[in-house]
Amino acid sequence: MSWEINRDRCLRCGGCVAVCPTQALELTENGVIVDEEKCIECGNCEKVCPVGAITVGDDE
Amino acid sequence: MKDVVVVGAGPAGCSVAKELAEEGYDVVVYEKRQEIGAPKRCGEGLSSSAVDNLGLDIPEYCRMQSMDGALVYSPNGDSVRIHSDETVGWILERKTFDKWMAERAAKAGAKVRAKAKVVDLLPENRGVVVEIEGERKKVESRMVIAAGGVESLIAKKTEVKDQSDLEVVDSGYQYEMVNLDLKDENKLELYFGDEVAPRGYVWVFPKGENKANVGIGIAGDLDETAKHYLDRFIENNERFSKASIVEVNSGMIPVGGLLENMVADNFMAVGDAANQVNPIHGGGIREGIKAGQIASEVASRALEKDDTTKEELEIYNHMWWEERGKSLRKVEKLREVLEDLDDEDLNYLAKKLDGQDLMDFTQGKRLSKLGKLLLKRPKMIKSARKLL
Ligand SMILES: Cc1cc2nc3c(=O)[nH]c(=O)nc-3n(C[C@H](O)[C@H](O)[C@H](O)COP(=O)(O)OP(=O)(O)OC[C@H]3O[C@@H](n4cnc5c(N)ncnc54)[C@H](O)[C@@H]3O)c2cc1C
Ligand code: SF4
Ligand code: SF4
Repeated sequence: MSWEINRDRCLRCGGCVAVCPTQALELTENGVIVDEEKCIECGNCEKVCPVGAITVGDDE
Repeated sequence: MKDVVVVGAGPAGCSVAKELAEEGYDVVVYEKRQEIGAPKRCGEGLSSSAVDNLGLDIPEYCRMQSMDGALVYSPNGDSVRIHSDETVGWILERKTFDKWMAERAAKAGAKVRAKAKVVDLLPENRGVVVEIEGERKKVESRMVIAAGGVESLIAKKTEVKDQSDLEVVDSGYQYEMVNLDLKDENKLELYFGDEVAPRGYVWVFPKGENKANVGIGIAGDLDETAKHYLDRFIENNERFSKASIVEVNSGMIPVGGLLENMVADNFMAVGDAANQVNPIHGGGIREGIKAGQIASEVASRALEKDDTTKEELEIYNHMWWEERGKSLRKVEKLREVLEDLDDEDLNYLAKKLDGQDLMDFTQGKRLSKLGKLLLKRPKMIKSARKLL
């Protein structure tokens, strides 16, 4: 499992939450959290994030 | 037991809550953020026709600047000037506007609570579990209205909404800037082109006194981020060199994927939670408030009859599609065609079209004119037919 977020970049806009097909993400007061059990590493959240805060899989 | 729990105190949630409270229903609105309206996820533009249609009496302190038109730039720098002698729209301050909307709901009798997060639905959507200061409690109600915006997990829970198709979402990013040279302080500036904003555009929305929201919305499935494109646009423009950034915003805009069904038993979704935005410019304030008004009418009747089943609430689907959905569907087609255009096509159109044409197109009117023009571009014939 590799879903990572750069919390310094994240603006807490919820864009990633909206496009997650498995409801693995949630926007909380402390930023976005992932439910690793649910994440299927589809990459949607990484693509849509306006600031590039999320990295899924091993592209980098 | 409450009559209605509304999840989310954005424009859509506060609109439906106000109307239902005015009818005498016992309504509570939960908002998870500590401050309603902040930080904004919005360029803050609202047209005068929307304000009239919605019957909103927006106080002056929420209206930052009046607009009388727009300057639309094609990739080669040519521009189309849209001008009206009257005010055609406003740039709002969402922080105060959203709070004003919440105040209206509260004055009508609804109970609004900030920093209260809805974490689950009760069985049959007869209420919610809400978390306030770390404590969870059950709040029973006759029905639930989801107005949680794009990230509405509540709407997802009922399977009314799925937004995982990246082709129909835009990724947005914005700076509120001050000390900026504006071309015209009463006109929106819009910039198109593959270099500037692939399958989208850059906007400059003046907020008065050399302030503006400078933002971008681009297709959600690109390799580079919205931030990347906006930063480049700003770097390449000398006139931003003296400007300062006073706020940074981002967000996702559901520019496609209008929903046929927005209800379940004892449940309705309004606003961004139901993908109700204008597919061409991404405006959702008007759509959210309008949907709230329509939903309240249907909910009010259903509550009175004591029948809030899906079958009864489906009237909302029909009414919304009749009033908003059909015209938004036309605009959606326009969007599909625009996405097929390359820079040369855009430059060509900028020469052939005037301000009135552009105004009409964004409302889904006279699209056949655009279709006919595109028929003259051999590789655009297929797209052109969609508009004829
Ligand atoms: C970059 C950008 C620019 C835009 N520019 C414009 C523009 O110029 N003009 C325009 O008309 N529209 C614009 N939009 C769209 C507009 O901002 C939205 O369509 C509008 O805010 C939708 O209103 P809403 O009430 O549906 O949702 P929101 O305004 O998003 O409100 C939903 C609220 O629900 C809350 N919430 C969510 N989940 C829960 C929960 N579980 N419990 C409690 N509360 C919850 C959220 O915190 C939020 O405050 C823009 C959007 C973006 C991203
Ligand atoms: S889309 Fe990006 S910026 Fe927005 S909440 Fe998700 S990670 Fe943060
Ligand atoms: S990679 Fe896909 S499944 Fe995993 S959190 Fe992101 S959007 Fe959800």
